[in-house]
Amino acid sequence: MTVPFARHAVLLGILSFALAGCAFKPSPHSETGSKPLKETSKRNKAPNFNLKDADGRLVSLADYKGKVVLLNFWATWCGPCKIEIPWFVEFQKTYKDKGFTVIGIAVDDEGWEVVKPYINAKQVNYPVVVGTQWVDNAYGGIEALPTTFVIDREGRIARTHVGLVSKSDYESDIQQLLD
Amino acid sequence: MKLRSSSFFGRAALALLAPALFAQTPGVLTVPDPPKLTVGRAADPVLKLKVSIRPGYHANSNSPSEEYLIPMKLTWDTAGPIQPVDVLYPKPKMEKYEFSDKPLSVFDGDFEITTKFKRAANPPLGPAFLTGKLRYQACNDKMCLPPKTVEIKLPVLMQ
Repeated sequence: MTVPFARHAVLLGILSFALAGCAFKPSPHSETGSKPLKETSKRNKAPNFNLKDADGRLVSLADYKGKVVLLNFWATWCGPCKIEIPWFVEFQKTYKDKGFTVIGIAVDDEGWEVVKPYINAKQVNYPVVVGTQWVDNAYGGIEALPTTFVIDREGRIARTHVGLVSKSDYESDIQQLLD
Repeated sequence: MKLRSSSFFGRAALALLAPALFAQTPGVLTVPDPPKLTVGRAADPVLKLKVSIRPGYHANSNSPSEEYLIPMKLTWDTAGPIQPVDVLYPKPKMEKYEFSDKPLSVFDGDFEITTKFKRAANPPLGPAFLTGKLRYQACNDKMCLPPKTVEIKLPVLMQ
């Protein structure tokens, strides 16, 4: 009679452990913090897009192959996004000549009417486009902002940051991929 | 651009990348079905709409402290047997968040939005429905969710 009890106890233990694992909800920082980037072999290709910037110039992700890209989904109504944008301006200045760029995808429903004044005011020095539903779907459905994809020189997604993370987290990713 | 996903596999892939974040996104703000509002001839009807925001999240108030923020707004169909006269929001909280230099005017937790109605001229008597829309935009300390609109169906009994 002790054997079935032991089996039940083991099963119960496994079930409890599994449920505890499901209940664990790490914070955004622990989710994306200073972990190593995704292994090269496990990285998915970043979907290409062709969208126009505020001046009507075509921005195509494929044109940046060979560069490290920080692809940032943001909106003018998103407070946490506004913290990150000055960092991205700084990264663009520091790392542009080393084979790096930021690309911003604004998801405001009002489009350029609100996005253009904002990027002009903030002196955004990297390409910004207004997103489409197609791009949103291609990137798996962006449900929270900011969402930033860190893309390696081969056009693969090395990390995804959802929510505000630290400037040093981004910088660490960029430096790892530029090395 | 509306932020939503129609790709199950895409959603699943992102959910694997950030399970804690996406697990929290649906249903941040809920509005229970309001009870039937009985409208007599003597007094103008008043509805107190209950609203609940998930702990850890907030929504901008009806009068955000920053111009770029999307305000909460309750609107009602004006073609029904009762018509909205005034919408009264609770006193907002001024809260400071990691992403803001100054405190922001927000709602969080459980609260009520009061709508004062007036009886339409010669309304049909008996049961009816009035539809309303509550538009809001919610964030937590680290991320924001896209603006959403909750549809409200208010059962009305005109006497």
